[in-house]
Amino acid sequence: MRRFSIPFQTFRENLREMMSEGIDTHGLLVVFKKELADNFVSYRFVLLFALIAMVSLISTYMTGVGLREELEGVAKPKFVFLMLFTSTGAWFSLVQFVAFFGPLIGLVLGFDSINREKSTGTMSKLVSQPIFRDSIINGKFLAGVTTVAIMFVSIVLVISGLGLRVLGVVPGIEEVWRIIIYLIISIIYVSFWLGITMLFSILFRNIATSALASIAVWIFFSFFLSLAATAVANAVVPIPSSGAETEIVIRHARIQEGVRLISPMELYSDATATIIDPMRKTTRSLVLMGPMERLLSSRFQNPLALSQSILVVWPYIVSLIAITLVCFGFSYAVFMRQEIRPV
Amino acid sequence: MDAQTVIETNDLTKYYAQQAAVDGLNLQVQEGEIFGFLGPNGAGKTTTILMLLGLTEPSKGEARVCGFNPTREPRKVKRVVGYLQENVGFYRDMTARENLTYVARLNHIPEEISSGKIGEALEIVGLSADAEKKVEVFSRGMSQRLGIAEVLIKDPKVCFLDEPTLGLDPDGAIRMIELIHRLSRDRKITMLISSHNLDQVQRISHRVGIMIKGKLVATGPMEDLAKEKLGVGKKKYTLEEIYMKYFREV
Repeated sequence: MRRFSIPFQTFRENLREMMSEGIDTHGLLVVFKKELADNFVSYRFVLLFALIAMVSLISTYMTGVGLREELEGVAKPKFVFLMLFTSTGAWFSLVQFVAFFGPLIGLVLGFDSINREKSTGTMSKLVSQPIFRDSIINGKFLAGVTTVAIMFVSIVLVISGLGLRVLGVVPGIEEVWRIIIYLIISIIYVSFWLGITMLFSILFRNIATSALASIAVWIFFSFFLSLAATAVANAVVPIPSSGAETEIVIRHARIQEGVRLISPMELYSDATATIIDPMRKTTRSLVLMGPMERLLSSRFQNPLALSQSILVVWPYIVSLIAITLVCFGFSYAVFMRQEIRPV
Repeated sequence: MDAQTVIETNDLTKYYAQQAAVDGLNLQVQEGEIFGFLGPNGAGKTTTILMLLGLTEPSKGEARVCGFNPTREPRKVKRVVGYLQENVGFYRDMTARENLTYVARLNHIPEEISSGKIGEALEIVGLSADAEKKVEVFSRGMSQRLGIAEVLIKDPKVCFLDEPTLGLDPDGAIRMIELIHRLSRDRKITMLISSHNLDQVQRISHRVGIMIKGKLVATGPMEDLAKEKLGVGKKKYTLEEIYMKYFREV
Protein backbone atom coordinates (compact mmCIF):
# COMPACT_ATOMS: atom_id res chain seq x y z
CA MET A 1 0.00 0.00 0.00
CA ARG A 2 2.75 2.31 1.04
CA ARG A 3 4.78 1.73 -2.03
CA PHE A 4 2.06 2.28 -4.56
CA SER A 5 0.62 5.35 -3.04
CA ILE A 6 0.73 7.80 -5.92
CA PRO A 7 -2.79 7.65 -7.33
CA PHE A 8 -3.49 7.38 -10.99
CA GLN A 9 -4.52 11.02 -10.96
CA THR A 10 -0.96 12.21 -10.42
CA PHE A 11 0.36 9.77 -12.91
CA ARG A 12 -1.97 11.25 -15.48
CA GLU A 13 -1.07 14.80 -14.51
CA ASN A 14 2.60 14.01 -14.86
CA LEU A 15 1.94 12.51 -18.23
CA ARG A 16 0.15 15.68 -19.20
CA GLU A 17 3.09 17.77 -18.06
CA MET A 18 5.33 15.52 -20.07
CA MET A 19 3.15 15.99 -23.13
CA SER A 20 3.11 19.75 -22.78
CA GLU A 21 6.82 20.16 -22.14
CA GLY A 22 7.97 17.48 -24.49
CA ILE A 23 10.02 14.45 -23.69
CA ASP A 24 12.88 15.23 -21.38
CA THR A 25 15.71 14.32 -23.72
CA HIS A 26 18.25 16.24 -21.70
CA GLY A 27 17.66 14.34 -18.46
CA LEU A 28 17.46 11.08 -20.38
CA LEU A 29 20.78 11.75 -22.06
CA VAL A 30 22.52 12.68 -18.81
CA VAL A 31 21.33 9.53 -17.04
CA PHE A 32 22.09 7.43 -20.11
CA LYS A 33 25.68 8.65 -20.39
CA LYS A 34 26.38 8.14 -16.73
CA GLU A 35 24.91 4.65 -16.65
CA LEU A 36 26.76 3.66 -19.79
CA ALA A 37 30.06 4.83 -18.32
CA ASP A 38 29.25 2.98 -15.10
CA ASN A 39 28.51 -0.22 -16.99
CA PHE A 40 31.78 -0.15 -18.85
CA VAL A 41 34.01 0.45 -15.88
CA SER A 42 32.31 -1.96 -13.50
CA TYR A 43 34.29 -5.06 -12.61
CA ARG A 44 31.38 -7.35 -13.14
CA PHE A 45 30.93 -6.18 -16.70
CA VAL A 46 34.62 -6.51 -17.48
CA LEU A 47 34.67 -10.01 -15.99
CA LEU A 48 31.58 -11.08 -17.88
CA PHE A 49 32.83 -9.61 -21.11
CA ALA A 50 36.18 -11.33 -20.72
CA LEU A 51 34.47 -14.65 -19.99
CA ILE A 52 32.11 -14.46 -22.94
CA ALA A 53 34.77 -13.21 -25.33
CA MET A 54 37.08 -15.99 -24.25
CA VAL A 55 34.50 -18.77 -24.60
CA SER A 56 33.28 -17.54 -27.97
CA LEU A 57 36.78 -17.12 -29.33
CA ILE A 58 37.89 -20.56 -28.24
CA SER A 59 34.76 -22.27 -29.51
CA THR A 60 34.84 -20.41 -32.81
CA TYR A 61 38.47 -21.23 -33.29
CA MET A 62 37.86 -24.90 -32.67
CA THR A 63 34.80 -24.88 -34.92
CA GLY A 64 36.79 -23.12 -37.61
CA VAL A 65 39.64 -25.57 -37.45
CA GLY A 66 37.17 -28.47 -37.54
CA LEU A 67 35.37 -26.99 -40.53
CA ARG A 68 38.62 -26.42 -42.38
CA GLU A 69 39.62 -30.03 -41.92
CA GLU A 70 36.23 -31.28 -43.01
CA LEU A 71 36.17 -29.13 -46.08
CA GLU A 72 39.67 -30.01 -47.14
CA GLY A 73 39.59 -30.85 -50.84
CA VAL A 74 35.81 -30.52 -51.04
CA ALA A 75 33.99 -27.75 -52.94
CA LYS A 76 33.01 -25.15 -50.36
CA PRO A 77 29.27 -25.28 -49.62
CA LYS A 78 27.17 -22.13 -49.66
CA PHE A 79 27.07 -20.12 -46.46
CA VAL A 80 30.11 -21.79 -45.04
CA PHE A 81 30.83 -18.66 -43.04
CA LEU A 82 27.58 -18.95 -41.09
CA MET A 83 28.59 -22.45 -40.04
CA LEU A 84 31.07 -20.78 -37.73
CA PHE A 85 28.07 -19.74 -35.67
CA THR A 86 25.95 -22.83 -35.96
CA SER A 87 28.33 -25.80 -35.99
CA THR A 88 28.49 -27.44 -32.64
CA GLY A 89 32.28 -27.84 -32.87
CA ALA A 90 33.82 -29.00 -29.63
CA TRP A 91 30.96 -28.54 -27.20
CA PHE A 92 28.30 -26.18 -28.44
CA SER A 93 27.65 -23.67 -31.18
CA LEU A 94 27.92 -19.99 -30.61
CA VAL A 95 24.20 -19.60 -31.15
CA GLN A 96 23.45 -22.08 -28.37
CA PHE A 97 25.92 -20.34 -26.15
CA VAL A 98 24.22 -16.97 -26.56
CA ALA A 99 20.79 -18.51 -26.01
CA PHE A 100 21.96 -19.95 -22.74
CA PHE A 101 24.34 -17.28 -21.42
CA GLY A 102 22.74 -14.21 -22.96
CA PRO A 103 20.24 -13.97 -20.08
CA LEU A 104 23.16 -13.82 -17.68
CA ILE A 105 24.36 -10.61 -19.32
CA GLY A 106 20.96 -8.98 -18.86
CA LEU A 107 20.85 -10.29 -15.33
CA VAL A 108 24.23 -8.93 -14.35
CA LEU A 109 23.49 -5.53 -15.83
CA GLY A 110 20.03 -5.15 -14.38
CA PHE A 111 19.43 -7.00 -11.15
CA ASP A 112 20.42 -4.15 -8.81
CA SER A 113 19.97 -1.17 -11.08
CA ILE A 114 17.10 0.41 -9.14
CA ASN A 115 17.20 -1.04 -5.64
CA ARG A 116 20.90 -0.35 -5.13
CA GLU A 117 20.30 3.32 -5.76
CA LYS A 118 17.36 3.20 -3.38
CA SER A 119 19.42 1.63 -0.63
CA THR A 120 22.29 4.09 -0.98
CA GLY A 121 19.91 7.05 -1.07
CA THR A 122 20.95 8.24 -4.51
CA MET A 123 17.58 7.38 -6.02
CA SER A 124 15.89 9.76 -3.66
CA LYS A 125 18.32 12.42 -4.82
CA LEU A 126 17.73 11.68 -8.48
CA VAL A 127 13.96 11.99 -8.21
CA SER A 128 14.28 15.34 -6.47
CA GLN A 129 16.18 16.82 -9.41
CA PRO A 130 14.21 18.63 -12.12
CA ILE A 131 14.03 15.72 -14.55
CA PHE A 132 11.12 13.48 -15.35
CA ARG A 133 11.15 10.35 -13.37
CA ASP A 134 10.96 8.17 -16.45
CA SER A 135 14.28 9.58 -17.65
CA ILE A 136 15.88 7.56 -14.88
CA ILE A 137 14.44 4.20 -15.84
CA ASN A 138 14.61 4.86 -19.59
CA GLY A 139 18.21 6.03 -19.32
CA LYS A 140 19.18 2.96 -17.35
CA PHE A 141 17.41 0.58 -19.70
CA LEU A 142 18.83 2.20 -22.83
CA ALA A 143 22.31 2.23 -21.34
CA GLY A 144 21.96 -1.49 -20.63
CA VAL A 145 20.75 -2.21 -24.16
CA THR A 146 23.59 -0.15 -25.63
CA THR A 147 26.12 -1.98 -23.49
CA VAL A 148 24.79 -5.31 -24.70
CA ALA A 149 24.80 -4.10 -28.30
CA ILE A 150 28.39 -2.91 -28.14
CA MET A 151 29.41 -6.14 -26.46
CA PHE A 152 27.74 -8.36 -29.07
CA VAL A 153 28.87 -6.38 -32.06
CA SER A 154 32.46 -6.35 -30.91
CA ILE A 155 32.44 -10.08 -30.18
CA VAL A 156 30.89 -10.91 -33.53
CA LEU A 157 33.42 -8.70 -35.30
CA VAL A 158 36.30 -10.41 -33.56
CA ILE A 159 34.83 -13.82 -34.33
CA SER A 160 34.36 -12.88 -37.97
CA GLY A 161 37.95 -11.75 -38.16
CA LEU A 162 39.08 -15.01 -36.64
CA GLY A 163 36.82 -16.91 -39.01
CA LEU A 164 38.27 -15.12 -42.01
CA ARG A 165 41.72 -16.10 -40.90
CA VAL A 166 40.97 -19.72 -40.02
CA LEU A 167 38.54 -20.56 -42.83
CA GLY A 168 39.94 -18.30 -45.49
CA VAL A 169 36.40 -17.57 -46.72
CA VAL A 170 34.98 -14.09 -47.16
CA PRO A 171 31.33 -13.85 -46.10
CA GLY A 172 28.91 -12.95 -48.87
CA ILE A 173 26.60 -9.98 -48.64
CA GLU A 174 23.66 -12.19 -47.68
CA GLU A 175 25.68 -13.78 -44.92
CA VAL A 176 26.51 -10.35 -43.57
CA TRP A 177 22.83 -9.45 -43.54
CA ARG A 178 21.97 -12.65 -41.77
CA ILE A 179 24.57 -11.97 -39.13
CA ILE A 180 23.25 -8.43 -38.63
CA ILE A 181 19.69 -9.67 -38.21
CA TYR A 182 20.89 -12.35 -35.86
CA LEU A 183 22.67 -9.68 -33.83
CA ILE A 184 19.56 -7.52 -33.62
CA ILE A 185 17.42 -10.44 -32.42
CA SER A 186 20.08 -11.36 -29.88
CA ILE A 187 20.15 -7.82 -28.53
CA ILE A 188 16.37 -7.81 -28.18
CA TYR A 189 16.57 -11.15 -26.41
CA VAL A 190 19.09 -9.92 -23.87
CA SER A 191 17.07 -6.70 -23.48
CA PHE A 192 14.13 -8.83 -22.45
CA TRP A 193 16.21 -10.30 -19.66
CA LEU A 194 17.45 -6.87 -18.73
CA GLY A 195 13.81 -5.76 -18.51
CA ILE A 196 12.88 -8.73 -16.30
CA THR A 197 15.75 -8.16 -13.89
CA MET A 198 15.09 -4.42 -13.76
CA LEU A 199 11.49 -5.24 -12.87
CA PHE A 200 12.74 -7.38 -9.98
CA SER A 201 15.05 -4.62 -8.86
CA ILE A 202 12.05 -2.28 -8.76
CA LEU A 203 9.76 -4.73 -7.00
CA PHE A 204 12.21 -6.01 -4.40
CA ARG A 205 13.90 -3.73 -1.96
CA ASN A 206 16.64 -6.20 -1.19
CA ILE A 207 19.42 -6.66 -3.76
CA ALA A 208 19.94 -10.32 -2.85
CA THR A 209 16.24 -11.02 -3.35
CA SER A 210 16.16 -9.46 -6.79
CA ALA A 211 19.33 -11.31 -7.81
CA LEU A 212 17.90 -14.64 -6.63
CA ALA A 213 14.56 -13.99 -8.31
CA SER A 214 16.32 -13.24 -11.59
CA ILE A 215 18.44 -16.37 -11.37
CA ALA A 216 15.38 -18.43 -10.46
CA VAL A 217 13.51 -17.24 -13.54
CA TRP A 218 16.53 -17.89 -15.73
CA ILE A 219 16.99 -21.42 -14.43
CA PHE A 220 13.29 -22.14 -14.66
CA PHE A 221 13.11 -21.17 -18.30
CA SER A 222 16.45 -22.73 -19.19
CA PHE A 223 16.13 -26.13 -17.57
CA PHE A 224 12.73 -26.87 -16.20
CA LEU A 225 10.37 -25.63 -18.82
CA SER A 226 11.38 -28.20 -21.43
CA LEU A 227 10.82 -30.92 -18.83
CA ALA A 228 7.52 -29.33 -17.91
CA ALA A 229 6.51 -29.22 -21.57
CA THR A 230 6.88 -32.99 -21.86
CA ALA A 231 5.13 -33.52 -18.53
CA VAL A 232 2.19 -31.32 -19.44
CA ALA A 233 1.83 -32.91 -22.86
CA ASN A 234 1.94 -36.37 -21.30
CA ALA A 235 -0.68 -35.43 -18.75
CA VAL A 236 -3.08 -33.80 -21.21
CA VAL A 237 -2.68 -36.20 -24.14
CA PRO A 238 -1.17 -39.45 -22.92
CA ILE A 239 0.32 -41.49 -25.73
CA PRO A 240 -0.64 -45.14 -25.38
CA SER A 241 2.36 -47.44 -25.30
CA SER A 242 1.20 -49.30 -28.40
CA GLY A 243 -0.81 -48.34 -31.43
CA ALA A 244 -0.82 -44.57 -31.00
CA GLU A 245 -2.88 -42.81 -33.61
CA THR A 246 -1.26 -40.08 -35.66
CA GLU A 247 -3.90 -37.65 -34.43
CA ILE A 248 -2.87 -38.18 -30.81
CA VAL A 249 0.83 -37.90 -31.54
CA ILE A 250 0.27 -34.62 -33.34
CA ARG A 251 -1.85 -33.19 -30.50
CA HIS A 252 0.79 -34.31 -28.04
CA ALA A 253 3.50 -32.58 -30.04
CA ARG A 254 1.41 -29.42 -30.38
CA ILE A 255 0.87 -29.10 -26.65
CA GLN A 256 4.51 -29.74 -25.99
CA GLU A 257 5.45 -27.08 -28.52
CA GLY A 258 3.00 -24.60 -26.99
CA VAL A 259 4.35 -25.00 -23.48
CA ARG A 260 7.91 -24.94 -24.68
CA LEU A 261 7.39 -21.60 -26.39
CA ILE A 262 6.50 -19.92 -23.11
CA SER A 263 10.23 -19.83 -22.54
CA PRO A 264 11.92 -16.79 -24.09
CA MET A 265 14.95 -18.96 -24.63
CA GLU A 266 13.04 -21.31 -26.94
CA LEU A 267 11.43 -18.32 -28.59
CA TYR A 268 14.86 -16.89 -29.26
CA SER A 269 16.25 -20.18 -30.54
CA ASP A 270 13.34 -20.47 -32.94
CA ALA A 271 13.53 -16.82 -33.96
CA THR A 272 17.17 -17.11 -34.97
CA ALA A 273 17.00 -20.67 -36.33
CA THR A 274 16.29 -20.02 -39.99
CA ILE A 275 18.12 -16.70 -39.98
CA ILE A 276 21.54 -17.93 -39.06
CA ASP A 277 21.09 -21.36 -40.65
CA PRO A 278 19.71 -20.94 -44.18
CA MET A 279 19.47 -24.68 -44.69
CA ARG A 280 16.70 -24.86 -42.14
CA LYS A 281 13.35 -24.21 -43.67
CA THR A 282 11.07 -24.42 -40.70
CA THR A 283 11.22 -24.30 -36.95
CA ARG A 284 8.72 -27.11 -36.57
CA SER A 285 9.56 -30.64 -35.68
CA LEU A 286 8.88 -33.33 -38.26
CA VAL A 287 5.69 -34.50 -36.55
CA LEU A 288 4.06 -31.11 -36.81
CA MET A 289 4.83 -30.52 -40.48
CA GLY A 290 2.02 -30.60 -42.94
CA PRO A 291 2.31 -32.92 -45.95
CA MET A 292 3.30 -30.09 -48.31
CA GLU A 293 5.91 -28.83 -45.94
CA ARG A 294 7.40 -32.27 -45.64
CA LEU A 295 7.44 -32.64 -49.37
CA LEU A 296 9.13 -29.27 -49.76
CA SER A 297 11.86 -29.94 -47.31
CA SER A 298 12.69 -33.26 -48.87
CA ARG A 299 12.52 -32.06 -52.49
CA PHE A 300 14.42 -28.84 -52.37
CA GLN A 301 17.92 -28.94 -51.11
CA ASN A 302 18.72 -25.31 -51.77
CA PRO A 303 18.88 -22.87 -48.89
CA LEU A 304 15.99 -20.50 -48.23
CA ALA A 305 16.23 -16.96 -49.49
CA LEU A 306 16.79 -14.38 -46.76
CA SER A 307 13.33 -12.83 -47.15
CA GLN A 308 11.76 -16.28 -46.85
CA SER A 309 13.89 -17.08 -43.83
CA ILE A 310 12.67 -13.95 -42.13
CA LEU A 311 9.09 -14.77 -43.05
CA VAL A 312 9.32 -18.18 -41.39
CA VAL A 313 10.47 -16.80 -38.04
CA TRP A 314 8.63 -13.49 -38.17
CA PRO A 315 6.04 -14.52 -35.54
CA TYR A 316 8.78 -15.48 -33.13
CA ILE A 317 10.61 -12.20 -33.64
CA VAL A 318 7.42 -10.24 -33.06
CA SER A 319 6.64 -12.25 -29.92
CA LEU A 320 10.13 -11.62 -28.61
CA ILE A 321 9.79 -7.88 -29.16
CA ALA A 322 6.33 -7.96 -27.61
CA ILE A 323 7.37 -9.67 -24.38
CA THR A 324 10.35 -7.33 -24.09
CA LEU A 325 8.10 -4.30 -24.40
CA VAL A 326 5.48 -5.69 -22.04
CA CYS A 327 8.15 -6.44 -19.49
CA PHE A 328 9.73 -3.01 -19.69
CA GLY A 329 6.32 -1.31 -19.82
CA PHE A 330 5.33 -3.01 -16.60
CA SER A 331 8.58 -1.96 -14.89
CA TYR A 332 7.99 1.56 -16.14
CA ALA A 333 4.45 1.73 -14.78
CA VAL A 334 5.45 0.36 -11.38
CA PHE A 335 8.46 2.63 -11.08
CA MET A 336 6.53 5.76 -12.07
CA ARG A 337 4.00 5.17 -9.31
CA GLN A 338 6.34 4.06 -6.59
CA GLU A 339 6.94 6.35 -3.68
CA ILE A 340 10.64 6.86 -3.13
CA ARG A 341 11.55 7.83 0.40
CA PRO A 342 14.96 8.66 1.68
CA VAL A 343 16.51 5.74 3.54
CA MET B 1 -1.40 34.58 -1.45
CA ASP B 2 1.12 36.95 -0.05
CA ALA B 3 3.99 37.62 -2.47
CA GLN B 4 6.39 37.05 0.38
CA THR B 5 5.08 33.61 1.22
CA VAL B 6 7.35 30.98 -0.26
CA ILE B 7 5.90 27.85 1.24
CA GLU B 8 2.23 27.53 1.98
CA THR B 9 0.16 24.51 2.81
CA ASN B 10 -3.59 24.25 3.14
CA ASP B 11 -4.99 21.44 5.21
CA LEU B 12 -2.24 19.20 3.84
CA THR B 13 -2.97 15.62 4.81
CA LYS B 14 -1.39 12.31 4.02
CA TYR B 15 -2.78 8.94 4.97
CA TYR B 16 -0.78 5.75 4.95
CA ALA B 17 -3.12 2.80 5.25
CA GLN B 18 -5.86 4.80 7.02
CA GLN B 19 -3.38 6.34 9.40
CA ALA B 20 -2.62 10.02 9.11
CA ALA B 21 1.09 10.64 8.78
CA VAL B 22 0.41 14.32 8.26
CA ASP B 23 -2.89 15.63 9.51
CA GLY B 24 -4.34 18.91 8.28
CA LEU B 25 -1.11 20.85 8.13
CA ASN B 26 -1.38 24.62 7.68
CA LEU B 27 1.99 26.23 7.32
CA GLN B 28 3.41 29.44 5.95
CA VAL B 29 7.05 30.20 5.51
CA GLN B 30 8.13 33.67 4.41
CA GLU B 31 10.91 34.55 2.03
CA GLY B 32 14.38 34.57 3.57
CA GLU B 33 13.18 32.95 6.75
CA ILE B 34 14.76 30.05 8.58
CA PHE B 35 11.95 27.85 9.72
CA GLY B 36 12.74 25.16 12.26
CA PHE B 37 10.48 22.22 11.68
CA LEU B 38 10.66 20.32 14.91
CA GLY B 39 9.23 17.09 16.10
CA PRO B 40 10.09 13.61 17.29
CA ASN B 41 10.92 10.81 14.86
CA GLY B 42 7.92 9.69 12.88
CA ALA B 43 6.04 12.94 13.39
CA GLY B 44 5.52 13.37 9.66
CA LYS B 45 8.27 15.89 8.91
CA THR B 46 9.83 13.93 6.08
CA THR B 47 6.42 13.10 4.61
CA THR B 48 5.59 16.81 4.61
CA ILE B 49 8.81 17.60 2.76
CA LEU B 50 8.12 14.86 0.22
CA MET B 51 4.71 16.38 -0.44
CA LEU B 52 6.23 19.83 -0.80
CA LEU B 53 8.60 18.41 -3.42
CA GLY B 54 5.92 16.53 -5.30
CA LEU B 55 7.54 13.20 -4.51
CA THR B 56 4.38 11.98 -2.90
CA GLU B 57 0.78 12.97 -3.41
CA PRO B 58 -1.23 14.51 -0.57
CA SER B 59 -4.38 12.59 0.33
CA LYS B 60 -6.12 15.89 1.01
CA GLY B 61 -5.33 19.58 0.85
CA GLU B 62 -2.68 21.24 -1.22
CA ALA B 63 0.67 22.92 -1.06
CA ARG B 64 2.36 25.78 -2.86
CA VAL B 65 6.09 26.25 -3.15
CA CYS B 66 7.23 29.47 -4.83
CA GLY B 67 3.77 29.70 -6.34
CA PHE B 68 3.84 26.23 -7.89
CA ASN B 69 1.72 23.29 -6.96
CA PRO B 70 4.19 20.45 -6.34
CA THR B 71 1.67 17.78 -7.24
CA ARG B 72 0.86 19.31 -10.59
CA GLU B 73 4.16 20.91 -11.51
CA PRO B 74 6.82 18.89 -9.74
CA ARG B 75 9.60 19.84 -12.11
CA LYS B 76 9.08 23.57 -11.65
CA VAL B 77 9.28 23.09 -7.91
CA LYS B 78 12.36 20.89 -8.16
CA ARG B 79 14.12 23.55 -10.22
CA VAL B 80 13.98 26.12 -7.43
CA VAL B 81 14.15 23.87 -4.39
CA GLY B 82 17.29 22.30 -3.02
CA TYR B 83 16.61 19.21 -0.98
CA LEU B 84 19.11 17.73 1.42
CA GLN B 85 17.64 14.41 2.35
CA GLU B 86 18.19 12.57 5.57
CA ASN B 87 21.25 10.28 5.14
CA VAL B 88 22.21 11.91 1.88
CA GLY B 89 23.48 9.39 -0.66
CA PHE B 90 26.29 9.70 -3.17
CA TYR B 91 27.84 7.46 -5.78
CA ARG B 92 30.59 6.14 -3.60
CA ASP B 93 32.97 5.14 -6.35
CA MET B 94 32.89 8.62 -7.86
CA THR B 95 34.80 11.62 -6.57
CA ALA B 96 33.11 14.53 -4.84
CA ARG B 97 33.49 16.65 -7.94
CA GLU B 98 32.09 13.93 -10.22
CA ASN B 99 29.06 13.56 -7.99
CA LEU B 100 28.39 17.29 -8.13
CA THR B 101 28.98 17.39 -11.88
CA TYR B 102 26.31 14.75 -12.37
CA VAL B 103 23.79 16.74 -10.35
CA ALA B 104 24.74 19.91 -12.24
CA ARG B 105 24.07 18.13 -15.52
CA LEU B 106 20.73 16.84 -14.29
CA ASN B 107 19.87 20.45 -13.47
CA HIS B 108 20.70 21.52 -16.99
CA ILE B 109 23.53 23.78 -15.88
CA PRO B 110 25.88 24.36 -18.83
CA GLU B 111 29.31 22.78 -18.41
CA GLU B 112 31.20 26.07 -18.70
CA ILE B 113 29.28 27.53 -15.76
CA SER B 114 29.01 24.39 -13.68
CA SER B 115 32.71 23.83 -13.01
CA GLY B 116 32.97 27.31 -11.50
CA LYS B 117 29.84 26.77 -9.45
CA ILE B 118 31.06 23.43 -8.20
CA GLY B 119 34.40 24.90 -7.15
CA GLU B 120 32.63 27.71 -5.36
CA ALA B 121 30.20 25.36 -3.59
CA LEU B 122 33.03 23.11 -2.44
CA GLU B 123 34.88 26.16 -1.19
CA ILE B 124 31.89 27.32 0.85
CA VAL B 125 31.48 23.97 2.59
CA GLY B 126 35.24 23.61 3.09
CA LEU B 127 35.79 20.59 0.87
CA SER B 128 38.02 22.13 -1.80
CA ALA B 129 40.94 19.98 -0.74
CA ASP B 130 38.87 16.81 -0.99
CA ALA B 131 37.25 17.46 -4.36
CA GLU B 132 39.14 14.70 -6.14
CA LYS B 133 38.68 12.11 -3.41
CA LYS B 134 36.19 9.34 -3.78
CA VAL B 135 33.12 9.76 -1.62
CA GLU B 136 33.64 6.34 -0.04
CA VAL B 137 36.49 7.75 2.08
CA PHE B 138 34.35 10.65 3.30
CA SER B 139 33.33 10.87 6.93
CA ARG B 140 29.74 11.44 7.86
CA GLY B 141 30.35 15.16 8.42
CA MET B 142 32.07 15.53 5.06
CA SER B 143 29.21 13.74 3.26
CA GLN B 144 26.73 16.01 4.91
CA ARG B 145 28.68 19.10 3.83
CA LEU B 146 28.98 17.69 0.33
CA GLY B 147 25.20 17.40 0.43
CA ILE B 148 24.97 21.12 1.15
CA ALA B 149 27.36 21.83 -1.73
CA GLU B 150 25.18 19.76 -4.00
CA VAL B 151 22.14 21.78 -3.01
CA LEU B 152 24.01 25.04 -3.62
CA ILE B 153 25.07 24.40 -7.20
CA LYS B 154 21.55 24.85 -8.45
CA ASP B 155 21.18 28.25 -6.78
CA PRO B 156 18.01 27.34 -4.94
CA LYS B 157 15.48 29.86 -3.70
CA VAL B 158 14.35 27.46 -1.02
CA CYS B 159 16.13 24.66 0.79
CA PHE B 160 14.53 21.74 2.55
CA LEU B 161 17.10 20.33 4.93
CA ASP B 162 15.99 17.10 6.49
CA GLU B 163 17.87 16.40 9.73
CA PRO B 164 21.04 18.17 8.55
CA THR B 165 22.87 17.56 11.83
CA LEU B 166 21.86 13.95 12.33
CA GLY B 167 24.81 11.77 13.24
CA LEU B 168 27.33 14.59 13.36
CA ASP B 169 29.65 15.11 16.28
CA PRO B 170 29.03 18.27 18.35
CA ASP B 171 31.69 20.22 16.51
CA GLY B 172 30.42 19.11 13.12
CA ALA B 173 26.84 19.92 14.09
CA ILE B 174 27.78 23.43 15.18
CA ARG B 175 29.70 24.01 11.97
CA MET B 176 26.77 22.76 9.95
CA ILE B 177 24.33 25.03 11.75
CA GLU B 178 26.64 28.00 11.25
CA LEU B 179 26.98 27.15 7.59
CA ILE B 180 23.22 27.08 7.17
CA HIS B 181 22.92 30.37 9.00
CA ARG B 182 25.57 31.98 6.82
CA LEU B 183 23.94 30.76 3.62
CA SER B 184 20.56 32.03 4.63
CA ARG B 185 22.05 35.42 5.46
CA ASP B 186 24.37 35.80 2.46
CA ARG B 187 22.29 34.22 -0.24
CA LYS B 188 18.82 34.99 1.09
CA ILE B 189 17.80 31.35 0.80
CA THR B 190 14.62 30.40 2.56
CA MET B 191 15.34 27.41 4.78
CA LEU B 192 13.05 24.75 6.12
CA ILE B 193 15.07 22.72 8.58
CA SER B 194 13.51 19.59 9.89
CA SER B 195 15.07 18.25 13.04
CA HIS B 196 14.38 16.51 16.29
CA ASN B 197 17.35 18.22 17.80
CA LEU B 198 16.07 21.37 19.43
CA ASP B 199 19.19 23.00 20.76
CA GLN B 200 20.88 23.22 17.43
CA VAL B 201 17.97 24.48 15.41
CA GLN B 202 16.61 26.97 17.90
CA ARG B 203 19.76 29.04 17.72
CA ILE B 204 19.30 30.07 14.12
CA SER B 205 15.56 29.69 13.47
CA HIS B 206 13.46 32.78 13.06
CA ARG B 207 10.37 30.76 13.69
CA VAL B 208 9.75 27.19 14.68
CA GLY B 209 6.88 24.80 14.18
CA ILE B 210 6.39 21.84 16.43
CA MET B 211 4.91 18.78 14.83
CA ILE B 212 3.75 15.83 16.86
CA LYS B 213 1.97 12.78 15.44
CA GLY B 214 1.22 14.48 12.16
CA LYS B 215 -0.24 17.63 13.68
CA LEU B 216 1.39 21.02 13.84
CA VAL B 217 0.76 21.84 17.51
CA ALA B 218 2.46 25.22 17.61
CA THR B 219 4.13 27.73 15.35
CA GLY B 220 5.77 31.05 15.90
CA PRO B 221 8.90 32.73 17.10
CA MET B 222 10.37 30.85 19.99
CA GLU B 223 9.79 33.67 22.47
CA ASP B 224 6.06 33.61 21.77
CA LEU B 225 5.86 29.89 22.25
CA ALA B 226 7.73 30.23 25.47
CA LYS B 227 5.37 32.89 26.77
CA GLU B 228 2.34 30.94 25.78
CA LYS B 229 3.37 27.78 27.49
CA LEU B 230 5.62 28.81 30.28
CA GLY B 231 4.20 32.09 31.35
CA VAL B 232 5.40 35.61 30.78
CA GLY B 233 8.40 36.78 32.64
CA LYS B 234 10.33 33.64 32.73
CA LYS B 235 13.74 34.72 31.54
CA LYS B 236 15.46 31.47 31.00
CA TYR B 237 13.81 28.80 28.93
CA THR B 238 14.84 26.25 26.44
CA LEU B 239 12.95 24.97 23.53
CA GLU B 240 13.36 21.59 25.13
CA GLU B 241 11.03 22.61 27.89
CA ILE B 242 8.46 23.96 25.47
CA TYR B 243 8.75 20.92 23.35
CA MET B 244 8.36 18.49 26.21
CA LYS B 245 5.38 20.41 27.46
CA TYR B 246 3.63 20.11 24.14
CA PHE B 247 4.67 16.54 23.88
CA ARG B 248 3.04 15.62 27.15
CA GLU B 249 -0.13 17.42 26.25
CA VAL B 250 -0.75 15.54 23.02
